[in-house]
Amino acid sequence: MAVENTQELLLNMGPQHPSMHGVFRMVVNLEGETVTKIDPKLGYLHRGLEKLAESRTYSQFIPYTDRLDYLASPHNNWAYVQTVEKLMGVEIPERAEYLRVIFGELARIASHQVMIASTALDIAGWTAWSYAFRDRERILDMYEMTAGSRLTVNIMRIGGISAEPPAEFWPALKAFLDDTPEMLEEYYGIFLGNEITQGRLKNIGILSKELAENLSITGPVLRASGVNYDVRKAAPYSIYDRFDFNVPVRTGCDSYDRTLIRMDEIVESIKIIKQAVRDIPEGPIMAKVPKVIKPPVGEVYHRVENPKGELGFYIVSDGTTKPSRVRIRPGTFINIQMLPIVALGWKIQDVVAIFATLDAVLGEVDK
Amino acid sequence: METLNNLFLIIAAAIRSLFADPHSVWANLTMDVINFIIVVVIIVLAALILILLERKIAGWTSQRTGPNRLGPRGWFQTIADALKLMGKEDITPAGADKFIFKVAPMIVFSLPMMTLAVIPYGNGMAPINLDLGIFYFLAISAISTVAFLMAGWGSNNKYSLLGGMRAVAQMISYEIPLLFSLLGVVMITQSFNLGTIVEAQKTIPFIILQPLAFVIYIIAGLAEVNRAPFDLVEADQEVVAGPFTEYTGLRWGLFFLGEYGNMTAVSALAATVFLGGWQGPMFLPGWVWFWLKVGIIIFFMMWVRWTFPRIRVDHLMHLAWKVLLPLSILNIFLTGFGIYIYRFVMGG
Repeated sequence: MAVENTQELLLNMGPQHPSMHGVFRMVVNLEGETVTKIDPKLGYLHRGLEKLAESRTYSQFIPYTDRLDYLASPHNNWAYVQTVEKLMGVEIPERAEYLRVIFGELARIASHQVMIASTALDIAGWTAWSYAFRDRERILDMYEMTAGSRLTVNIMRIGGISAEPPAEFWPALKAFLDDTPEMLEEYYGIFLGNEITQGRLKNIGILSKELAENLSITGPVLRASGVNYDVRKAAPYSIYDRFDFNVPVRTGCDSYDRTLIRMDEIVESIKIIKQAVRDIPEGPIMAKVPKVIKPPVGEVYHRVENPKGELGFYIVSDGTTKPSRVRIRPGTFINIQMLPIVALGWKIQDVVAIFATLDAVLGEVDK
Repeated sequence: METLNNLFLIIAAAIRSLFADPHSVWANLTMDVINFIIVVVIIVLAALILILLERKIAGWTSQRTGPNRLGPRGWFQTIADALKLMGKEDITPAGADKFIFKVAPMIVFSLPMMTLAVIPYGNGMAPINLDLGIFYFLAISAISTVAFLMAGWGSNNKYSLLGGMRAVAQMISYEIPLLFSLLGVVMITQSFNLGTIVEAQKTIPFIILQPLAFVIYIIAGLAEVNRAPFDLVEADQEVVAGPFTEYTGLRWGLFFLGEYGNMTAVSALAATVFLGGWQGPMFLPGWVWFWLKVGIIIFFMMWVRWTFPRIRVDHLMHLAWKVLLPLSILNIFLTGFGIYIYRFVMGG
């Protein structure tokens, strides 16, 4: 047999492929089932959010931020409104800060649940997928009670938060927090504790500490590679300096630790929410901000710890009601760089799993 | 009870008695046609019931409801789905190898018809009583590999090709432990005839004598019929739908029927060889016992599917060649020793 007659199989995965999250596309070279080259193609969901911002007023742009990382929309609202508040120098009421933390951490839990679910689904763990979505439903219900919508919540406002949670919100939140340990045990039992799962994820897709730092990876992916970096601790924003919580760090650098660290983060988020519920003061939920928002001339950058990585907003104001320039620094867009480097040499099944553990949301990647 | 037990035999005798000579060529031919129709009906009914059952079990496992709109508790859902499939446009891709593409689903569907024909559904109720029953069964079910490869190659689609290649690698690997796991029973009964094997389990089913072989058979059987966690062939997260990617409408439906038919056949063989087939306490007719046992095994397969994630290609090979194969050979040795000791003790 003439070996030189063989050729690599060029396989186009996506944008319509069952395991591609959203409309991600990658062109893969295969040698048998082993991947020799990955070429990610982005932009299928590009809506030009940064340009859109220039023709919207500051308040009008808040709902657009929902569409960035749509699995954790309160975080995007939060990052944006805080940036504008920083630019204007607005102090927001205590109660609003606490509510923001509660909704932000709920969003983090919901986002991590989706991550666990979709990772399970990408290695065909159907039941784990529906368990995680079943529990996420309760968080969406709490969003709905307060803000009226479930996915793109649009809950933050410049100067505070849009609505006071209704009376039934607090018992629902308490019940959810109490059920969490059991629900994490369930995920572990059906998914992460399973031997086949561990065979699929352990020691797969090693992202070394050096590589992670050089690629400026952020979020849980970075912390699973043994780097202790969390914006909530490194540059505390809002009222995160008041809470007692740990930043989970794992040193496995593999797909398994990238999944497991989400479970750890859910535990920490629960801790934060419990403290916030305990300490929350009475009071107004909106600061006194002018009806027409006109920040002074200047520029500002602000970043928050989104469930998927560091989310930053850079706004240039020319003193009018509309921003002159908005630049978004999305976490997963930068995290996704690791895929063509880390996934080389693995089987195509592993590449699917590695991509799942990145937890990319295409709304954020393509903006 | 005796009448109920032999219900189908009595019906068969009645049909034969319609002929002048009950054992003439024409009578035999008629019976063969009737048997054939019965097997097809079994496959179609099994698929209709199993698809619904699978969706219900999937629902229960993952705390959902499953289909519940059409008919009482959603029982007509599969029929509606089958009707919908018939209405779908039949597409043959322009680049496909048309002959191979069209023949593959027919082969897949015809295999369970051939394998289910040798299973004894009750006392003396095997449609065809073959002396080489097990041998025939395994030989026929091995052909499905070729059909999957034909579908994968003929579609001229890269995902289909990957799936087809996986089918070959996986099914050939699992064929061997599957075959070896059945050898122990053959050694004990000294027969390939499925009827004889069931007769031999009058007092004690072979699952007690051959527990290791049963476990190996179930694992290899899952891989043989491409059920999770060994459903690499049609792994939608990686190869979209494997060899079935390009199929539409009834052709795709034939694959589906074939798949559930194969699952029924593998479970039926397990029930026959290890669980005592139609043998059971006399308060139920033999054929009811048989289907109960098949049902239990199928339920187990579905339960596994909705619990476990999918195994990786190399782990799959590892399991077949380094774990199951040595274990099945060990089982043959142990069975051989056991038979010698038994003969020595019994003074034979």
